Amino acid sequence: MDAKNFIAKRVARELKDGDVVNLGIGLPTLIANYVPEGVSITLQAEHGILGAGPAAKEGEEDPEIINAGGFPITVLPGASFFDSATSFGIIRGGHVDVTVLGALQVDEKGNLANWMVPGKRVPGMGGAMDLVVGARKVIVAMEHTAKGSHKILDTCTFPLTAVGVVNQIITEMGVMEITEDGIKLTEIAQGLTVEDVQSATGAKLIIADNLAVMES
Amino acid sequence: MDKITTAAEAVKAVKDGDTLLVGGFLMAGSPETLIKALLETSSAKNLTVVSNDTGTVDSNMIKVMKQGRVKKVHGSYIGSNPMTGQMLIDDADSVTLYPQGTLAEKIRCGGAGIAGFYTPVGVGTVIENGKEKRTFDGKDYLLEKALRGNVAFVKATVADKFGNCFMRGSTKNFGALMARAADYVIAEAKKIVEVGELDAELVTIPGIFIDALVQSEDV
Repeated sequence: MDAKNFIAKRVARELKDGDVVNLGIGLPTLIANYVPEGVSITLQAEHGILGAGPAAKEGEEDPEIINAGGFPITVLPGASFFDSATSFGIIRGGHVDVTVLGALQVDEKGNLANWMVPGKRVPGMGGAMDLVVGARKVIVAMEHTAKGSHKILDTCTFPLTAVGVVNQIITEMGVMEITEDGIKLTEIAQGLTVEDVQSATGAKLIIADNLAVMES
Repeated sequence: MDKITTAAEAVKAVKDGDTLLVGGFLMAGSPETLIKALLETSSAKNLTVVSNDTGTVDSNMIKVMKQGRVKKVHGSYIGSNPMTGQMLIDDADSVTLYPQGTLAEKIRCGGAGIAGFYTPVGVGTVIENGKEKRTFDGKDYLLEKALRGNVAFVKATVADKFGNCFMRGSTKNFGALMARAADYVIAEAKKIVEVGELDAELVTIPGIFIDALVQSEDV
């Protein structure tokens, strides 16, 4: 299993039966493939769907039913459609239990930067700012570093998406929680030492007393 | 009152300097027939376009922008339209970006007689620049003002001749809000039926909001 799927599978274990979940574009979309047996979640798409299902089969694409990335999807029995104001009322109003997104940077205060890199073309924030402020739990799912350069920092340097919103970070190296005292490593991937994770991290890690081995 | 007209006739409502609300999320619910008429039959310029994403490389909006007729954009995600990205690089003031839910709520308020609202989204980010910040029950919020247009373009799946619109699936997005927030609202519909043939229970936009109705073409 590659790093992205390993991360996605571990994130999926955070989801509880009955959760309303919004998955960001990219790695987070893989999470839907790994929802554990016996756990039923409702996927939200921020442009107006609850009950989003898998991608549409070739030849069965419906241009009126797309995901937030613009690709044709299906909906599951029990789904509903609504306009963007209702959808972001669901998000802002705290009715989404979990949102999972990628990050350019995340820091020990739970600050998130994931919408623009200074000096590069700006794609806009889309629904990211709303999602991380509104969702009850925010999980950052990403590769631990950007080709070796630190993404988990003591202080974000890129423009922020939101302040103090991230609850948990899950990477191929481990599982971390944002606490009042900083970033606590609670699980570590097989074969790595705490020093390996620390050296790949730009913030001082707190090591959980009951540090566990990370299983996908 | 007969609302059915041609796209070319309807888009005459767009004047120089207007603010134009354009429904759609990427290509879902994008009123391409109306935008194509704006491209080919109208010369209105100095337009301010309000759109979630200003379409994609396949949309007609990018062609209108290439004609230099769009001077400002209010949007949220513009990564799908390189022309809008270039506008932002050339002149930072020409593109205003909002969190997507903030943009939607600004338009909703514009149609609902609400002057503005306080939202927690954007606090502590560049979004708060120049905006009133106020604390309610210990939490910070930003004042966002309502947004309205002179003209709105929206797309329905089915409309009746009174203008009642059914927007299917994920096409409601911004169009359902914009139809309530402009002085003159043009809907295009894939299918136009007689009054009474569209189930009243399925109306996304009540017909009173629609000023002109145009048959969608495959464009």
